[in-house]
Amino acid sequence: MTVIIGLEIHCQLNTQTKLFCGCSTDYREDGPNTHVCPVCLGLPGSLPITNRQAVIYALRVAKALHCEVPEVSEFARKNYFYPDLAKAYQITQYDKPLAVGGYIDIEGEDGGEKRIQLTRIHMEEDPGRLLHMGSGDRGRYTLVDYNRSGVPLIEIVTEPELSSPKEARRFLNKLRATLEYLGTFDSEKEGSLRVDANISIKGHERVEVKNITSYKGVEKALMFEITRQKGMIRRNATIVRETRHYQEARGVTTSARSKEFEHDYRYFPEPDLALLRVSSWVDEITLPELPDARLDRFMKDYGLSKNHARTLTGDLRLADFFEEVCTGIPEIAAPWTADILLGELNYRDMPISKVPVQAFRSLLMEVKKASVTDKSAVEVLRLMLNQVMDGTPPEMADEIIARLGLAKEEGDSIVEIVTSVLAEHEAAVADHRAGKPGAINFLVGQVMKATRGRADPKEIGRIIGDLLKE
Amino acid sequence: MGGRFVFEKPDPHNAFITRCMDVAYGDGPLSGIPIGIKDNISTAGIPTTCASKILEGYIPPYDAHVITLLRSAGAAIVGKTNMDEFGMGTTTENSAYGPTQNPADPTRAPGGSSGGSAAAVASGLVRMALGTDTGGSIRCPASFCGIVGLKPTYGRVSRHGLIAYANSFEQIGPLARNVGDCALLYSVIAGYDPKDGTSLDLPPPAPLQAEIQGKRIGVPAEFFGEGVNPEVADVVRSAIDRLADLGAEVVSCTMPSMRYALAAYYVTSMGEAASNLGRYDGVRYGPAPEFFRPWHDAYSRLRKEYFSEEVRRRILLGTFSLSAGYQGKYYAKAQKARSMVRSDFNRLFEEVDIIAGPTMPSVAFRLGKSCDPLSMYLADILTVPANLAGIPAVSVPCGTAGGLPVGLQLMGRHFAEDEILAAALAFEEGSA
Amino acid sequence: MVSKEEVEHIAAIADIGIDDSELELFTSQFNEIIGYFDILDSIEEGLDSTQTRHNVFREDVPLPSLSQEDALLNSTDPEDGFIRAPRVI
Repeated sequence: MTVIIGLEIHCQLNTQTKLFCGCSTDYREDGPNTHVCPVCLGLPGSLPITNRQAVIYALRVAKALHCEVPEVSEFARKNYFYPDLAKAYQITQYDKPLAVGGYIDIEGEDGGEKRIQLTRIHMEEDPGRLLHMGSGDRGRYTLVDYNRSGVPLIEIVTEPELSSPKEARRFLNKLRATLEYLGTFDSEKEGSLRVDANISIKGHERVEVKNITSYKGVEKALMFEITRQKGMIRRNATIVRETRHYQEARGVTTSARSKEFEHDYRYFPEPDLALLRVSSWVDEITLPELPDARLDRFMKDYGLSKNHARTLTGDLRLADFFEEVCTGIPEIAAPWTADILLGELNYRDMPISKVPVQAFRSLLMEVKKASVTDKSAVEVLRLMLNQVMDGTPPEMADEIIARLGLAKEEGDSIVEIVTSVLAEHEAAVADHRAGKPGAINFLVGQVMKATRGRADPKEIGRIIGDLLKE
Repeated sequence: MGGRFVFEKPDPHNAFITRCMDVAYGDGPLSGIPIGIKDNISTAGIPTTCASKILEGYIPPYDAHVITLLRSAGAAIVGKTNMDEFGMGTTTENSAYGPTQNPADPTRAPGGSSGGSAAAVASGLVRMALGTDTGGSIRCPASFCGIVGLKPTYGRVSRHGLIAYANSFEQIGPLARNVGDCALLYSVIAGYDPKDGTSLDLPPPAPLQAEIQGKRIGVPAEFFGEGVNPEVADVVRSAIDRLADLGAEVVSCTMPSMRYALAAYYVTSMGEAASNLGRYDGVRYGPAPEFFRPWHDAYSRLRKEYFSEEVRRRILLGTFSLSAGYQGKYYAKAQKARSMVRSDFNRLFEEVDIIAGPTMPSVAFRLGKSCDPLSMYLADILTVPANLAGIPAVSVPCGTAGGLPVGLQLMGRHFAEDEILAAALAFEEGSA
Repeated sequence: MVSKEEVEHIAAIADIGIDDSELELFTSQFNEIIGYFDILDSIEEGLDSTQTRHNVFREDVPLPSLSQEDALLNSTDPEDGFIRAPRVI
């Protein structure tokens, strides 16, 4: 059963002000209905004026994604009634979108490169936000905050060419990275990217899943929906064309009531807004280095493996971070950033932007000097990250190492410890001399225990060998 | 010098919805002149209702751009005038605040939808007033009340703060007892406003001067066609003869697109209106919905209760003409018809400077005698072409038929307000 | 011809309540008016837009918003800065 997936991705553009009014988009820390004006509240008599920067940002995305920008595009009204939609219509684009075509290359299921074609990119405004209170009388109505109303979005629509949830995730990761490299989008802002997905099994009707509000949700929602559809086909049930809602908390999709999705949006050109004739602007846009180019450069300039390069360039902040810490030590910085640091961050759900660059680099330098063991270095890293979480000022690695006595045991002192361990474990020494293979590992383990991990196991093995030869 | 205006005169014709009895005014070209404002123009701190129950109690937190201009010109804004609800009507009877009477004959309607503004001016309550014209709503009541009313070129006056009925047609414009006052008020409100994306940056209006000598005036046969009252037609024909006597060259012409004009206007305006009026859900403003009902239920009940029958009819028709399956048949073809009207005018304006005809096909209707909706819509046939093309048009009193005022309509090229006002003044002076 | 059922359907799309008692009249008026609109049918092809202006923009510079007090001024019984609305089920 072949799976066919198409995505519609809504991304907030990183402008200072809303799409059609001068209200600031920096509302997340402020109280409800504090970033609103007659335009985004839909007060009678207010008129929209298009934000030039939003158009430039959208064109930047169109250029980066290889789209064609038609000579004329147009805003239209999409009419529907919802309390978060202040004017009872959303200003969007309909039959004359800003950009058409384009593509994104991803790593396909077979490991090779796969090109996902785009249908279009259009601009639109975000509605406000509904808040449902708990039970009792307050649970019987809803509360509305219009701070988000009018925030500029682009909607990117793909052709139905994705064939698994994993590909969908890779597509979104690549898209997100590209948008961030372009400086048009901030993925750390809550709700800045939302996805609707069209999913079908070849030969059957397609189902639209709306309301997927997180990256993690996409893969889960798709998996649930595919399992559900395959199950129906196995039971010989008919899949009906419908809209389903993703319930984030439960990880399931549920059918929207028929009345709600039987939409007749009655699109017509927005009479209050002029046409867009901006195709010539595209030539003036200079694109920054994008993820693919940076990946190639990381491999070439720093000698990274493709896996490390892909991981490190998959996120703008991570790639910038890596370039800040890797000078002179890329071979150490790559695994320590891509494997160890990212693992620790995921575990803590901490963004890369919180990691103290200088402290982390100082740790890499200690690793480079081999003044600590890898095990101790991880301990130092964890401590650094905990300090960030506690809000205490970060310490440099050498300070932590000195304070906690984590410096690697070397030279005479380690020989002393080995000597005493050998003296304590005569039986094992005898076993080793008799040629028993496990004995040496036991002895190394005992030395590690005695040094609390501050010695290099290879070094210990060598010293034991030397001492017992004498 | 600024001062205070005390608005003491009674309002026997129900011209006002809200009166401001004691207002401060400043210095400027309109200093101390009492001006009435149609109640679909937002006034900060003064209730603005569009004559609809659905906006009862709504107080805008901001001024329309024209209000800002009037205030800085020293005008005394003395109140908000009655109108057909949201501008939907030709009589000012379709108001939640009761009908307005025509000062020329109180048993008659003043015309609409800016009937309150026209009645306030005609009765001498105010010297001038602002109206709005979507399909004739300034010119119709000017004609019926025997005063002057100008619909400016689309884009000449900012719509910022004008509560939309049909965005692509409407303009704010002046009503006054004579051409001079009309031009004075127009000169204050005309101009570019960055808050209205359809507003244009053009030089200010020229000082008013009578001028008709040598102007070519086109008279389309369609403006005297079926449905135009013969007495009205005669009055207007002799008015056009007087323009010729004053030195104008009158030529006959035709406007074939007129047959589509009214349908194109109503299809488009109802579509836009259905969209514009969706926002009145009682949430952000207006009478509250029943919060404990489900959304769609509460919303449709609110709309049924607070919109008049005419408004609901237009929302339904507009929804119909935009709905899937009908959009290509009605809305898209209406846009084509609209461009046909525009090219007809463009063609005519290569030959003539001004197009003249009656403003309305009849004199003022009797109050309470409104017939079926379609017959009422047909009364707009002579005013909607200017709105479809976006050109300026003025109505000037040109005599009476059966004792009731008749208006002469003069239409000009885009942004040729100065030219049609100059002709209107020449007519006014020559016929006085 | 538009049937009563179609008028009811349009009323449902438009979210405008109409009474059964009004339905008959609305339907006959609808047919009369739409019958008049049918004159447009003799036009061969439609246009989708008559917008003539292009490229009107504002710069991306924040302007003052309304105070929360002014934003809530016309709403009924706002709650903790939020505006109340019926619940969408």
